[in-house]
Amino acid sequence: MSFVLVAPILIPLLAAAVTALFWNHPYIQRPIGLVASAALLGVALNLLVRTSDGTILVTQMGNWAAPFGISLVIDLFSAIMLVITGLMALAVSVYAMGPASIERDRAGFQPLFHSLILGVCGSFSTGDIFNLYVWFEVMLIASFGLLVLERTREQLDGGIRYVVLNLIGTTMFLLAVGLLYGLTGTLNFADLARVAPAVENKGALAAVGMLLLIAFGAKAALFPLFNWLPAAYHTASMPVAAIFAALLTKVGVYAIIRVFTLVFAHEAGFFGPIFLVVAVATMVTGVLGAAMHYDIRKILSFHIISQIGYMLVGVALMTPLAIAGSILYIVHHIIVKANLFLLAGAIRQETGSFALRRIGGLWAIKPLLGVMFLIPALSLAGIPPLSGFWGKLVVIRSGLEAEAYWLAGIALAVGVLTLYSMIKIWNEAFWKSAPEGDAAALPWTARERLATYAPIIVLGGLTITIGLLTEPFAVISIQAAESLLDRQAYIAAVLGPDAPRLAEIQP
Amino acid sequence: MGTVFIVMVGTLTAASIYMFLARDLPRVLIGFVLLGTAANLAIFAAGRVGSMVPPLVEPGAQALAAHASNPLPQALILTAIVIGFGLTAFALMLVVKAYGAFATISIEEVDEAEPHRAEPQPETLAPAARQKQEAA
Repeated sequence: MSFVLVAPILIPLLAAAVTALFWNHPYIQRPIGLVASAALLGVALNLLVRTSDGTILVTQMGNWAAPFGISLVIDLFSAIMLVITGLMALAVSVYAMGPASIERDRAGFQPLFHSLILGVCGSFSTGDIFNLYVWFEVMLIASFGLLVLERTREQLDGGIRYVVLNLIGTTMFLLAVGLLYGLTGTLNFADLARVAPAVENKGALAAVGMLLLIAFGAKAALFPLFNWLPAAYHTASMPVAAIFAALLTKVGVYAIIRVFTLVFAHEAGFFGPIFLVVAVATMVTGVLGAAMHYDIRKILSFHIISQIGYMLVGVALMTPLAIAGSILYIVHHIIVKANLFLLAGAIRQETGSFALRRIGGLWAIKPLLGVMFLIPALSLAGIPPLSGFWGKLVVIRSGLEAEAYWLAGIALAVGVLTLYSMIKIWNEAFWKSAPEGDAAALPWTARERLATYAPIIVLGGLTITIGLLTEPFAVISIQAAESLLDRQAYIAAVLGPDAPRLAEIQP
Repeated sequence: MGTVFIVMVGTLTAASIYMFLARDLPRVLIGFVLLGTAANLAIFAAGRVGSMVPPLVEPGAQALAAHASNPLPQALILTAIVIGFGLTAFALMLVVKAYGAFATISIEEVDEAEPHRAEPQPETLAPAARQKQEAA
């Protein structure tokens, strides 16, 4: 029982340790990495099955009773996130065997990659806010290393901006944790949820909430804290950019949803309007940034920001449907966005450049690549019957039901602008004739080609599956949303049915 | 005692923000160290400051003495110090590498990742439109 709960943390930890031992042997590292990613996906699926009936799995580390030790808590939302993490780890592990993999592996890609997955899985599993901080740091230091893996001048510059802004965000998190502990005397999420509504100093608690919002917002690239993302993501190598785009910002979104549905749920009247404004501003600035760029990686980076806005609508409205929409959107977005970054790498391999001005004519020579691009691109823009349509539909419908008509209107308009950016890539890379110039296809072996295209095809297939077979995904999202809003069940699961009210808990 | 901590945290935070506004990277890093210290002191102050009673359960007793000092903030701070040390060390190495690559420590003089110079293209027309015009 408890082993399954620890497994999503142990598997990447072991993989990171073992691949670090074989530092200079990429051919030994790769199968280990693949097996670890596949095992992670398997364990996560097992957890999803166990939690799908609404059970909340809890284990106490070192058998310390709940509010004192570190609890690992996996509910349906966590399990969904773990499954998607396992899937992305597997897809990127395969993709990373593509072009330039030897140099990347020799620079230490494998151990850092699995450390990153370790941090992400830990963040999704923990039930303790200080422990969440520690997992954030694990993730952060691994992402620093991954970002500057090739040590090019471009990466050093992007890396500095990324590192400095994230360091400030993470210190804000630490400060907020300290203040929260001072106000409530506890760090356990369930205990915080129980104690927080009774805190007398409402103003100080709201200030802590704002600090947490800033810290998680910097991680999730919310308006106006997103500047590090477009400055850094496009410099990373493609497998790294894909796993960053898929998981890093979503950990911030996960933390926001977890903390603001659990600990600050009683303050929803105060935080709701703030989230609403931030969500809309994030959607709009992201999509406008994407509209002005002519580099595939930069367009995709800005679209990450824009899409984060949709995921925030759930915490802004706090209705079961809105949160279900956020969860469905996160699942759809992770698959689609990672796939688009993988495709960007493939496009570069086929044409020799990421710059849209230098490339073209792909439709004539690689029509299948065009189809593979269109699936996630149209899904991102929300064209039916692909997965993005259903994600947007639920988000917009929850906005209409909550009578936030302007929110729904802006969400629709942003969808149109997203379509504009995707059509821009399509027109430039696939449709127009290839410009004369220096850009030419890079050489690669059949094996590298297979490693590149296999994950793209699988993720594209998943996008279509979610689009055509939405029912189970929607049902599970709604179930997860209802379980997120049922705070008493979470508290009872972690602390036990008759949680002791400790007088001496206030510091 | 509490007032001293408040003033220290406030001063350190103000100093760190001043350092963050600097253009050169070593100063920004010092700012990060100061901000980390401010956060650690805030955690310390949020616990229970001033008690000199060790947090040990007396023989035969079931719980701590009422005014025992609080060991938890110190454990948290210890963790945070170690993490902060690692992050600072990495960031410092990155700055050294960047100095080697760019021969400057001023972030304003570096624009590798996001070049300020526009690409050598006429800016008014999108490439597809320009191509069409050239063809016509």
